[in-house]
Amino acid sequence: MLGGVCRGISDHTGWSVTALRLSFVALTLAGGLGIVLYAAYWVWLPVAPEPGAPEQPGRDLAGVLGLGALGLGIALALSAAGLDLTGTWITPLILVAVGVAVLWRQSDESRREMLRADLQASARATTLTVLRRSGPRILLGVALVLLGVFGAVLSQGDVWASLRGLAAALLAVAGVALVLFPFVAGWARDLATERRARIRSEERAEVAAQVHDSVLQTLTLIQRAAQDPDEVVRLARTEERALRRWLYAPVGDPGETLVAAIESVAAEVESVVACSVEVVSVGDVAADDRVEALVAAAREAVLNAAKHAGGTVSVYVECTATTAEVFVRDRGRGFDPDRVPEDRLGLRESVIGRMDRAGGRARVRSVPGEGTEIDLLLPLSLPARSTP
Amino acid sequence: MSESSAGSGRTRRRVVLVDDHRLFRSGVRAELGDRVEVVGEAGDVDEAVAVVTATRPDVVLLDVHLPGGGGRAVLDACVESLPDVRFLALSVSDAADDVIGVVRGGARGYVTKAISGDELVDAIDRVASGDAVFSPRLAGFVLDAFASGLPESADDGLDALSPREREVMRLIARGYTYREVARELVLSVKTVETHVSAVLRKLQLSNRHELARWAAARHLV
Repeated sequence: MLGGVCRGISDHTGWSVTALRLSFVALTLAGGLGIVLYAAYWVWLPVAPEPGAPEQPGRDLAGVLGLGALGLGIALALSAAGLDLTGTWITPLILVAVGVAVLWRQSDESRREMLRADLQASARATTLTVLRRSGPRILLGVALVLLGVFGAVLSQGDVWASLRGLAAALLAVAGVALVLFPFVAGWARDLATERRARIRSEERAEVAAQVHDSVLQTLTLIQRAAQDPDEVVRLARTEERALRRWLYAPVGDPGETLVAAIESVAAEVESVVACSVEVVSVGDVAADDRVEALVAAAREAVLNAAKHAGGTVSVYVECTATTAEVFVRDRGRGFDPDRVPEDRLGLRESVIGRMDRAGGRARVRSVPGEGTEIDLLLPLSLPARSTP
Repeated sequence: MSESSAGSGRTRRRVVLVDDHRLFRSGVRAELGDRVEVVGEAGDVDEAVAVVTATRPDVVLLDVHLPGGGGRAVLDACVESLPDVRFLALSVSDAADDVIGVVRGGARGYVTKAISGDELVDAIDRVASGDAVFSPRLAGFVLDAFASGLPESADDGLDALSPREREVMRLIARGYTYREVARELVLSVKTVETHVSAVLRKLQLSNRHELARWAAARHLV
């Protein structure tokens, strides 16, 4: 009746409820074992489903019997060790335990009630309902705990008079803490659940925003540009690159690492010139002033290759412990490096000059008819004069 | 990879196309033209295994992502029983794990779908004659896997690349064709092919666990 344990066991085994209750009472009178068993079942057995709801899979008969055997064993062991379960200090202790068990069990159920009702009605009404429905049980729990504490204090002999006050105070504090703990723990758990739900919904919002800002926009643009194949290809490639980076590279902030910066350069050049820029990378380094100079030089090189050669531009980034190197290769007409054409003078200034100032070097290899490769090398650990 | 072999006098290779997008298959078919003989097509794993077993082509162009288990499942079903059929992985996938997966499953190479028709014909020819085809991206993955500070114990870790193999891989990653690699390193094209095949073998035989860890460390799984 108190926790529905007897009803539960009866539902499970088909034994008579009354018989079970009587045997629990008998066990209690015979040495307090009944109460211990009852409490143990109450804590460990699953809570019965709502009336009308499909029955939850519960513990089987073997589990019930096992728990009983365990409790019996403990009680026998205690008796054998000379501890009488009916002794003066054991009984109050059991009372405290039962009271706490009532409250903990109750907090579990009422939290569930609140969660369920939250979906339908206001929180205040729910709290009132729960209080009205479970008030007697809470009162019973508190009363049992107080009774136990009181009994424990009373059972101390006069010999311990000086310690009595202290012990009583400690027990009272412990009692209050035990009573409050499940509620606080419940709140903390609810808070965590709510936070998880919020994070999930934020992630979903981020995906929706990404799809809307990029994919949907690009699809619209592609429909409008349907007559212009080059433009369609350019749009599709740009979108593909953006989406791929978003999916596969978790934090690709161009300001953070060399490879991320080169990837964004590739995307930028592809969106300006009709060409495709393939970036292959091995290793990576964090960005600093000198790495930024390398990126700027590489950007110029890629842009040159895209404008003058078109087609596919291969970019290979390789970082070791001591150097960062970027190769930019195109398959254009090529040129004689000793007689750099007028329109390629930008190469000398923005690529070679920039690498020199950053403490690195740039090499240009070009064979007429076979394309051009620009090799940018930056030593990573350089003595003082390096930083511009 | 425009190679001298792309002439008219050679035998047309018999090819099966495996990709779950019909549109893509017809696109590839058009690109290849009559330079190869397309003897079959398949859109999922079961179909692919049936068609490949029935037609026994020289080369299977195999999509990495397929309904029914992916390209890897086709390889697992065919490689043992059909040792003469060669597989070339063809994908848009950038995930190193997928790519390394099909290569380890027995594919003789990996090219991206952005490849031109001429290059693809050339790659088919190369794979059919028993060589390996490495795209710049695959070369990059390989260099990364073999260089990322994995423990180099003799039997547990990855077999290290020889300096020459590393040089070849770096040049391929930079976008060089085999012919350009050969000229750069003053080797014959045949020697370059031998080096690439050796790298492919090391990739296929090296410890699975180490590769998985490498891929995980790169957040690519």
